[in-house]
Amino acid sequence: MNGLLRIAVGVVAVVVVVMLNTVFVMWLERKFLGHLQSRRGPMRTGYHGLLQPFADALKMLGKEDLVPAAADRALFLVAPLIAFSPAVLIHVAMPWTEWFAKTASEIGLLMLFAVAALSPVGVVVAGWASHNKYSLIGGIRAAAQQVSYEVPLLLSVVGVVMLARSMRLTDVVGAQGVAWNIVWQPLGFLIFFIGMLAELNRVPFDLPEAESELVSGFNTEYSSMRFALFFLAEYMNVFTWSLVGALVFLGGWMGPVLPGVVWLALKTYALVLLIIWVRGTVPRVRVDQLLAVSWKVLLPASLLGAMITAVGVVFGPIVLVPLQFAGVLTLGWVIARLGNDAGEAARAVVRL
Amino acid sequence: MGKGRRLSLESIVIALFIVIGAAFTVLTLSASWLLSPKAPSPEKITMYECGVEPVGGPWVRFRAGYYVYALLYVIFDIEVVFLYPWAVTFGRPGIGWFVFIEMIIFIAILAGGLAYAWKEGALRWR
Repeated sequence: MNGLLRIAVGVVAVVVVVMLNTVFVMWLERKFLGHLQSRRGPMRTGYHGLLQPFADALKMLGKEDLVPAAADRALFLVAPLIAFSPAVLIHVAMPWTEWFAKTASEIGLLMLFAVAALSPVGVVVAGWASHNKYSLIGGIRAAAQQVSYEVPLLLSVVGVVMLARSMRLTDVVGAQGVAWNIVWQPLGFLIFFIGMLAELNRVPFDLPEAESELVSGFNTEYSSMRFALFFLAEYMNVFTWSLVGALVFLGGWMGPVLPGVVWLALKTYALVLLIIWVRGTVPRVRVDQLLAVSWKVLLPASLLGAMITAVGVVFGPIVLVPLQFAGVLTLGWVIARLGNDAGEAARAVVRL
Repeated sequence: MGKGRRLSLESIVIALFIVIGAAFTVLTLSASWLLSPKAPSPEKITMYECGVEPVGGPWVRFRAGYYVYALLYVIFDIEVVFLYPWAVTFGRPGIGWFVFIEMIIFIAILAGGLAYAWKEGALRWR
């Protein structure tokens, strides 16, 4: 019984820490985005607006929870829960379950992706149940996006599993003693980062929300706490995926001098800032571009990356690293060319 | 500690994460229910269409072009499920070229499928 209590306390602690980080990521997004656009961001609530997310949450609590008359009521009410629960549950695959439960999921990485795949279901359900054209389009887009980007995302990590010979995240971090996986798997990291942005519905892949064309996409009809749950889930996922990226590709808690927790936080927030930076600089892609990039570029590239890694495991790092970097250069060149073509097409339209 | 015990411990952790996630949503939603005003009016609960009267319903047929991607997704997702256990065991000593070539053949067949779908125009947006 004592053990059970220990586990319960551990789980609550993990959820609280994740929540606090989520709140911090919300503030960081507004702050950093503000500075990227030569604004100051939130300033009035607390030191440099640090309490802004709490103020927002309080405001949200007091708002009217509207359900559209024509909506599918049951599904409409339950959709935010479907979107939110996996965001919490995903932490079951993280290494710290070892601290309080003395167990770490042996299928850690696979578990992670399996739980992450549940989140978009909530978005699709919300889009359908809202009985709103914008919501429906947003929901359908979320489904297509999810379906397209999960495959490259999963494949990008196969190389890491191969190097660690385990799916357990503790082992994956432990296998990065000599050098971080970003050195052995740069191609995998690039594909992982792009796939992660799509999985998170972040710019340039924020098509399910697309505020300039779909009002607010799948959550147009949502208000009050139900909207807040979608919002919270999104930012919680931003934190979680940055954490996964830090664990899988940036060596997790490994680093000199400073304690491991500090290193992990630094790496995680480096990725969070990168995600926000991308939001501040890159325009949104079209649906057809989104699907084309996934199936015609990222999927072949990730298959190739896995094969390169297999060859590298047999022949050693002297073969692996140059091949991986060659892969990165090729992928970068292809994406740059696609972007250039898209830009040319857009300019041609403007000239007409 | 046996295998069975570890498994049950893991399911307890999973169950707790689900319960606590659900508890959070129930707590916040009921707090919001207690605090928020409840005054729906016909205008408030019509579907939002930028302020004008909604035209037609949204539950109509929508673009079917997505289904090809769904099919491809199922195929490749299953492929990945096969790849993961293979990747775990691949680096171990005593497992050599035979396993590697087997997987190459497996991937080549699926890549061939993708190439065929591409050639037939299944990946073209119309």
